[in-house]
Amino acid sequence: MSEPLEVPLRDSGPLRIAVRTAAIMLVFTLVFTALMAGTYSATAPLVAASAKKEKLALIGEVLPFALYDNALLDDWIEVLADKELGVTDDATRLYRARLKGQPAALVIEAAAADGYSGRIGLLLAVKASGELLAVRVTEHRETPGLGDYINPNKDRNKSQPWITQFSNLGFDSVPRERWRVKKDGGQFDQRAGATISARAVTNASGRALAWATQQRDKLFDLPAHSRFEESKP
Amino acid sequence: MSAYKEIAWNGIWKQNTILVQVLGLCPLLAVSTNFVNAVSLGLATVVVMLLSNLAISALRALIPYEIRIPVFILIIAATVTVIDLAFNAFLHDLYLVLGIFIPLIVTNCIVLARVEAFAAKNGLRASTLDGLAMGVGFVWVIGLFGAVRELAGQGTLFSGIEMIFPTLSGIQIFPADYPGFLIAMLPPGAFFVLGLLIACRNWLDARANQRLREQRSHGQPPAATSVAT
Repeated sequence: MSEPLEVPLRDSGPLRIAVRTAAIMLVFTLVFTALMAGTYSATAPLVAASAKKEKLALIGEVLPFALYDNALLDDWIEVLADKELGVTDDATRLYRARLKGQPAALVIEAAAADGYSGRIGLLLAVKASGELLAVRVTEHRETPGLGDYINPNKDRNKSQPWITQFSNLGFDSVPRERWRVKKDGGQFDQRAGATISARAVTNASGRALAWATQQRDKLFDLPAHSRFEESKP
Repeated sequence: MSAYKEIAWNGIWKQNTILVQVLGLCPLLAVSTNFVNAVSLGLATVVVMLLSNLAISALRALIPYEIRIPVFILIIAATVTVIDLAFNAFLHDLYLVLGIFIPLIVTNCIVLARVEAFAAKNGLRASTLDGLAMGVGFVWVIGLFGAVRELAGQGTLFSGIEMIFPTLSGIQIFPADYPGFLIAMLPPGAFFVLGLLIACRNWLDARANQRLREQRSHGQPPAATSVAT
């Protein structure tokens, strides 16, 4: 233990000492909160810019450029917080890819709330014909070296990363009830010791695919920049 | 041995955060599943320890004894947050690799321990050096840790290095059909490795002490290096 930095023996009573200590604590809190807030607002534009650049690169990973010819980033609709997409905090953007004016694919942001360490953000591209083109993990906090193989960059299997097994599958080839990890009686692999991460991604992508297939026509028909609201049956 | 040399030697070996103080186990056990992750976390920890020791040593005259712990935590958390944001904004590529480790450092009690035990009582230069030395002591042990676990668990070394240096790639040490040794990747395996490393260090120290005693009994002056052990 360290020694007292300064012996507070003065004529002042205990109340004054308490008030003085509280005031010092308050000043420290204000100064360091201001420091954090200042850094945050100074770096926010840069952070947002790199996040956008990353997003574009990521969309390129799930949706090949050859499959569409419209201005993808401008053809978006807002989707309100949705149970099927796992987006709980805010409305998310859904991009619509078209080829020669015909619906080609939907690029959807979804999330799994039940990862091993919380939320796993996903980006999916669903073909208009109902197949999942590809899934990518956009954010996660799974254990490094154990559950983080859901991110293909961290996957040891470089030739065929775990997440690519969903590519080009739809409910025509994999029935809805088989869209699970093998441990749950489905048909997708998981890695030993880290089933929870795989299960979360598998189930979330199944939910999102089912939702997109079901709502496809409505999603493509809405005018750009409008809002999609779930119509209760 | 000068005071600064002793601070450095304390951090790297004699009072090593992991092997002797056995502090900071949470990030150690969680992140040391491979060498690259382990060293990445270690390097981020060095930066945080250096800056938090520096900040608290500079402000130590202003901090009342009774509320030192909350103030220390506030300063450490603010330092980590600022580093996290600065990395994200200015070194974005590196942030993509190290980013998830930086917030983890707050859980490393070694940062608070050094601030409380050293920076609160010592001058700027000594405190900064202490933060650096303790950080270096953490890096080399967690790096060794990661290497042992990766080798035993996956049969590779340096996997994932292409995220930091795109031209390099991991090395397969054991044959490609090495089945893996799952327990080395799981937390229990981390404890086994920790026990082995501590035992190794104690053995080295005991051997050095033994030599010292033998030299003394033969009337020879002890070598300068063994004074520290």
